[in-house]
Formats: sequence, structure tokens, C-alpha cells
Amino acid sequence: MTLGYFIYKLILVVLVFAVTLVIAMYSTYAERKVAGFLQDRLGPNRAGWFGILQPVADAVKLFMKEEMIPSVSNRTLFILAPGLSLLTACMTGVVIPWGTSLNLFGANYSLQVTDLNIGILYLFGVVSIGVYGIMIGGWASNNKYSLLGAMRASSQMISYEVAMGISIIALIMTTGTLSVGQIAAQQHGWHWNILVQPLGCLIFVVCAFAETNRAPFDLPECEQELVGGYHTEYSSMKMGFYLFAEYINMFISSAVISTFYFGGYNMPFVGRFVHDANALALLGVVFLFAKIFFGIFFFMWVRWTIPRFRYDQLMNLGWKVLIPLSILNLVLTGGWMMRHEILSVFIK
Amino acid sequence: MITTYLFYFLSFLAIMFGLMVVLSKNPIHSVLYLVLCFFTIAGHYVLLNAQFLAVVHVIVYSGAIMVLFLFVIMLLNLNKETEPHKSLWLKASAAVASGSLLVVMVASLKGASTIQSTNTFNPSIGLIENLGTTLFKDFLLPFEVSSVLLLAAMVGAVMLGKKSIK
Repeated sequence: MTLGYFIYKLILVVLVFAVTLVIAMYSTYAERKVAGFLQDRLGPNRAGWFGILQPVADAVKLFMKEEMIPSVSNRTLFILAPGLSLLTACMTGVVIPWGTSLNLFGANYSLQVTDLNIGILYLFGVVSIGVYGIMIGGWASNNKYSLLGAMRASSQMISYEVAMGISIIALIMTTGTLSVGQIAAQQHGWHWNILVQPLGCLIFVVCAFAETNRAPFDLPECEQELVGGYHTEYSSMKMGFYLFAEYINMFISSAVISTFYFGGYNMPFVGRFVHDANALALLGVVFLFAKIFFGIFFFMWVRWTIPRFRYDQLMNLGWKVLIPLSILNLVLTGGWMMRHEILSVFIK
Repeated sequence: MITTYLFYFLSFLAIMFGLMVVLSKNPIHSVLYLVLCFFTIAGHYVLLNAQFLAVVHVIVYSGAIMVLFLFVIMLLNLNKETEPHKSLWLKASAAVASGSLLVVMVASLKGASTIQSTNTFNPSIGLIENLGTTLFKDFLLPFEVSSVLLLAAMVGAVMLGKKSIK
């Protein structure tokens, strides 16, 4: 625990935090541009070159807006909730390996903030407490639409966490580790986990959509039925926090999906052309971010392609389709791993 | 040294939040203080080098059970007007009963310093590999029996939840 180590970790944390916020900020721009592209419109194009300053303008607008706190609401919890939502969204970035490690001035600097030996469970724990921000906000608003939105959000997240957890267990069985850093390192070259766990990957991606409350699972903020869902009563930057938390969650889920199933920072055949270790590490970061950006684009693509589920359809999909499928995936994975032992029983 | 300070800090927080659970007028506040109390207990697990237990504690208690509690309490919409009023002698008897429980617990803890643990504490037991090996080798039968217990509870809940049994 030297001072240098402390400073290096501090820089890494601040960097991850800053990159997360900037990407979340530009995701709002990308969302509108992608929506424009898919609907054959232009999208935002007034502020700056191709509308590139639009997020800045939006942020200024949100900060400058009048702030309303309903007099009948629970004031402390009302203010606390959006912050809690944003906090839990930002907490997951620490266990994601953004690259291998850089060798600078004779010392090795890993590009992962901390490689917890229970990294996956840490991610899962933070995701599971992420629902509090929405629930408290929805309840503290003292508005029936907000409360209904919060109820929908919590029951949806709890339901889909089960299938997500079981699909992760199958992944843990094949990789044999709970450390996110090791899972990324194991997928060197073409050994991507999606080739081993295609069904698990599909279940995980669907659950990630539900956990981030994105379309087609955006029932908690379903405008036609619930005005604005859990953030109906929120205005100004508090609402901005909720929207921001959603985009950060989308970014982090894309990072997690890329790391778990799509090789993380690994890319096949790169090692043949680039031999310098530092250049390879930096290229790994570039590849990871390319995968993440594709993931974010995929989130938006789905949003403008598939209509919203009805609530009973959502629950049916979660409990009657995804959970049995993930258990099947678990059994198949276990059976394949123990195939020699099982076969030897029958052959003898 | 720092772990000692952390221990006292976390213990102070745990007891404070525990008291707040009981003393809060609003049931939603009680649930939220209980969640905070669980976090401090997870911190204690981390101090004991039981990271797996700590994170599972957060996932299961804070992430699942307390969310359901909060869910139910929010839907029930409990407040001062709907609060049932208990008679005075019921309150007094509750205070006497829980007070005597406190006396018993304090009395039993008073002699706890003389108890010597027979097994030496293995600091790496809380790591997931060692915990898994212990559970699936030394304690396989209790582990499986407890899983059957959970299954029975699940089946029972489904049975109770059904409107009519055909």
C-alpha cells in the first residue's frame, strides 16, 4: 500500500468514472440519432456540428429548470432516491477489466480497478440493490402512477434476476472462476464464452434488457399507462439523474455482456500483427469499447424494433420461459462437463 | 489496528441502525434502516475475511428479501391512521417479556469470555473454494437436507398462493 499504488488506483477510478459519465451523456445523443436513423429522420442536428453539442445543451437545460418537490412527498427520501439510483449504477464499473495491464516505468499497472475473487457476485449484488433507487423514488413521490411504476420495476427486476443468476451459474461452471478478470483472460483468441454458452448468453442478454428497464421491458415508465412511471413527479436534474442512471446501466450491461460472453478485451489474430505488450493492452481497450458501443447500439436497435410487452406477457416470459430454459442450460452444461463419468456408468 | 477501529465503527452503526428500525414511526423507514443494518453486518463478514458470505448476505437479504418487504409495506400503505392501538397492559407485558430476554442474553454473554473454541480459526475458510469444499465434503448431508427444506417451503408457498385446489 504505497502512495504510488494509491495514486494509480485513484487515477484509474476517476478515469473509469469520467468515461462512464461521458459515455452515458453521449448515449442520450446516440439514442436520438439512432432513433432518427431507424425512422428515416435526421435526429438532433442544431447544436454544434451534426448536433454533437446536444447533450451539453440538454444538461444545461436540466440544471437550469425549476425544481419541484411535491409538498405531500417524503422530502428526504425523495431527494435521496435519484442519487441512490446513480450511485448503484456507477458502482459496478470497478470490477470490469477494461484491458490487460500496462507496463510503464518498469511497473505493471492493471487496467482493472480491483479483481475481486467474487467479482461476479459483487456485480450481482450491486444490481440487486439497484432497485432501491427506483422503489424509494416511486414511493416517496406520493403519486399512484409513481408507486405503480416502482412496483412494476421491482417485481420485474426480482423476476428476471432469477433467470440471470441461473444463466451466470452455468457460466461459472464452465469457466471455473468467479473473478471477472480471469473470465476475460480465459477467452483469449477465439475462446469466447458465447461459443460455449450460446443459450446462456441469450438468456443473459434478455435479462439485461429487463434489468436496465429498457424497451421492450420498459413497463416501469410506460408512458401510455403510467404518465412517466416512477419519475413522474421528478423534475430538473433529479429526473436527469434517473435518465443518466439508465444510460449508465446500459453501458455497464454492455460491458458485462462483452466481458462475460464476447471475449472482453480479446480479439483473435491481433497477437500476430502487434507484438508490443503495451500496444496490445491499449488495442484491447479499443476492442472492448468497440464491443460495448455495438452493445449500446444493439440496445437502441431493439428499442426501436420491438414493441413493449404487456405486463402478463413479461411475467410469463420471465417465469415460464426464461427460468426453465436457464435450468435446462444448467443441466445440459453439467451433463456435458460430466460426460465421461456419465458414459462410464453406462459402458461398464 | 485499522480492523479494530472498523469493527467498532461498524458495530456502532449496526446497533444504531438496529435501534432506528425499532424506533422509526414510519414502517418504510424501518425497512430502509434494516437494509442499512444488513450492510453493516456484511461489512463485519468482510472483516472476518468471509467475502462470499458478505456478498451473498447483501444479495439475499438486502437485494431480495428486503425488497419484497418494502414491496408489501408500500402496497399496504401503512400510516398513523391505520395503526392498531394496543391496550396498555399488552404494551407493559411486551416490555417485560423483551426486557427479561435482554437480561438473559446479557447474562449469557457475560460468561462468554471464558468459553474457549475447540477448533482453531482458519482465516481462509470464508473464501469461496474452501467454503464449497467444506459444504460439499464435510457437511454434505445437512446442506442437502436444508435444500429440501427450502423446496418444501417453496411448494407450500405455491399451494397457499393458489386460489382453488382442484
